[in-house]
Amino acid sequence: MEPGLYHILVISAALFFIGVFGFFTRRNLITMLMSVELVLNSVNLNFIAFNKYLWPHKLDGLFFSIFVIAIAAAEAAVAIAIIINLYRSHQSIDVENAEEMKF
Amino acid sequence: MSGSTIIFYILAALTLVSGVLAVTTRQIFRAAIFLLFSLIGIAGLYFWMQYDFVAAVQIVVYVGGITVLIIFSIFLTQQAGDLLPRQKMGRQVFSALAAFCGFALTMLQLYQHTFKATTGQPLLPTVSNIGDRMLSVEENGFALPFEVVSILLLAAMIGCIVIALRSKPTTA
Repeated sequence: MEPGLYHILVISAALFFIGVFGFFTRRNLITMLMSVELVLNSVNLNFIAFNKYLWPHKLDGLFFSIFVIAIAAAEAAVAIAIIINLYRSHQSIDVENAEEMKF
Repeated sequence: MSGSTIIFYILAALTLVSGVLAVTTRQIFRAAIFLLFSLIGIAGLYFWMQYDFVAAVQIVVYVGGITVLIIFSIFLTQQAGDLLPRQKMGRQVFSALAAFCGFALTMLQLYQHTFKATTGQPLLPTVSNIGDRMLSVEENGFALPFEVVSILLLAAMIGCIVIALRSKPTTA
């Protein structure tokens, strides 16, 4: 059977919940950021698959995923700036050690 | 089983296996490398669907940009060779249970739902079509979101500089 929309949706759902599992279990801020990237990527995959198989006469899904990629890049840059700042003040990027979010 | 099907399953396996390893390995640098392979697998799936432009954007932005940023921040904040602390068993079990229940619920919905494809003249995702749509101000154009995203990127860039700026010790 030729892979189609359902196969890609199964892959993207699996990737989404792999990211959610990582977000629940990890206690390190950088690895939590990596899990969020996996979640965002699965959403992009969904948008592209819907665009290709259900609305081929439009490009809306493609534009959604391009904008999601742009926003994810901005989010990763800001998050890493915050993480490095937190490391400077606490010498650790474990979420358990960053309970008090003030100076 | 045609060649295209085999390539699809290889890409899917690459994406999912390296995704699982990226969230379970205890060495943070290896996690970043597995994340890199997972992102490459997704770019391959975009190529497989013949969305070449998005695949190129994925490789340039994610593989070339975000992963390198993550690896640099690992170098800045971790001691080399340290393992991440082992997590409590209960937390891992409950996280896996929650993720699996969510996945099962999604699969149930997917199994019961039938998607209806629309018909119409297909618009190929070539670079010229994408460019026309992205900068058009007519209906179905994306000029306004494009401008909003550029302002957002500018704001994020300035915000990063402000946050990461080393504040001078106040001696007053």
